[in-house]
Amino acid sequence: MNTTNNSTEHTVKAFDSDISEMRGLIAEIGGRAEKSISLAMKALANNDLDLAREVVKNDKQIDALEEKIDRMVIQTIALRAPMADDLRELVATLKISGVVERIGDYAKNIAKRVAVIDNDLHIEPASLLPAMAQAASQLVDDALTAYATRDADLADQVCERDRVVDDFYNTIFRSLVTHMVDNPKHIGAGAHFLFIAKNLERIGDHATNVAEMVYFAVTGENIGERERGDNPSDPLYSED
Amino acid sequence: MNTETTNIASSNKMTTRNVDVFYGEKQAINGVSIDIDMENVTAFIGPSGCGKSTFLRTMNRMNDTIPSCRVTGEITLDGEDIYAPSMDVVQLRARVGMVFQKPNPFPKSIYDNIAYGPRIHGLASGKDELDQIVEKSLQRAGLWNEVKDRLNESGTALSGGQQQRLCIARAIAVDPEVILMDEPCSALDPIATAKIEELIHELRGKYAIVIVTHNMQQAARVSQRTAFFHLGTMVEYGDTSEMFTNPQEERTRDYITGRYG
Repeated sequence: MNTTNNSTEHTVKAFDSDISEMRGLIAEIGGRAEKSISLAMKALANNDLDLAREVVKNDKQIDALEEKIDRMVIQTIALRAPMADDLRELVATLKISGVVERIGDYAKNIAKRVAVIDNDLHIEPASLLPAMAQAASQLVDDALTAYATRDADLADQVCERDRVVDDFYNTIFRSLVTHMVDNPKHIGAGAHFLFIAKNLERIGDHATNVAEMVYFAVTGENIGERERGDNPSDPLYSED
Repeated sequence: MNTETTNIASSNKMTTRNVDVFYGEKQAINGVSIDIDMENVTAFIGPSGCGKSTFLRTMNRMNDTIPSCRVTGEITLDGEDIYAPSMDVVQLRARVGMVFQKPNPFPKSIYDNIAYGPRIHGLASGKDELDQIVEKSLQRAGLWNEVKDRLNESGTALSGGQQQRLCIARAIAVDPEVILMDEPCSALDPIATAKIEELIHELRGKYAIVIVTHNMQQAARVSQRTAFFHLGTMVEYGDTSEMFTNPQEERTRDYITGRYG
């Protein structure tokens, strides 16, 4: 069985510094994506348009980081011809940078809705969104910690815990729909909250994707395909 | 230590069991068991001095020429013990041909380089048949078009890459069953190397091919099975794609990822 021990240095030391630089960049892009989620949610809670604009603006840096990581991975593959766990880690890094960039996009999408949601309305189900965002953001954080520490067990836990975010989504979906039926004037804002919930649910899925790649990079095996929490009980499928 | 072999019983061309090799008192190879089949190119990789070339040379008894060298264990070709007293070593080396690190054409014409083996083994009954063997061998080695108009020129006048293909053609000319290659490209430039690799690809299936290489990318490119040697033992043997993406042994991983030493 392959070990997770990655401490032995390469004979070519420059390769080790390339790898640690890429790990640093993933930590940076991940940190920025997490920050975007929390700032977008804060902007939403306080109806803070300036903060929302800042999230949108910050997304450009996330995009630039993704490009930088991709270039660096491709260059390293070309120049160092990595093998085995090195190759798996580089491929995982390439994919993770793309996934984290998507997470940033979802946060940006949440921020963009701040300006168009009428914040004078009291829509009770939306009060669950901060807790959902917290759960999703924690998944992203744990997935990136699993990457940084090459921890396959933590990666596995992240995949398992994505159900929590899915459950939030299902709950919020149902209660928002009920609320909109009772308050037709809230349908516009309610629809935005639905999209925000969906964005957070997708963030959880992407955290799972990161975790799956970490698991592959560390063990060389694909994580067992587990039943996804959202689909079977997805309100879209189970309700008319 | 994993010296288990994968059993592909029907197509095993060569089989070794618990092979030890000694140079005087010093043990160079320790209990290597491996099956070589016709369908796949097998690569031996490992650091210098790990025994991969020594082991390769036991497979057509090239080590017989070293007086202090002693081989124990069993090596069979089509089930026949190649170290049995009844084995004709000259015949064995025709069946198990070898290509070396440095191209070593005879200081003879291109034609005679190829015709030499068939002549001494009596494989051709006349000039026409010998001509056919020479042409077929050079074609198989991908050299015919480059040399067909100058078969009488010296083999040593060819470029390094052409000389190596000439040596492969020479090995093919005696209709071998197995071809052993000991770092066949290490003295060649990238284009000549690519031609040899393409040739190995084309010869796959016609002959059982075993290649020793220091170049892991080459092992990855040309072989379907890879054996990793370290300190005289075979550490791991498996599908090349698996060995280079997810090796099972720590020592294999350290070597192929450049952490060895």
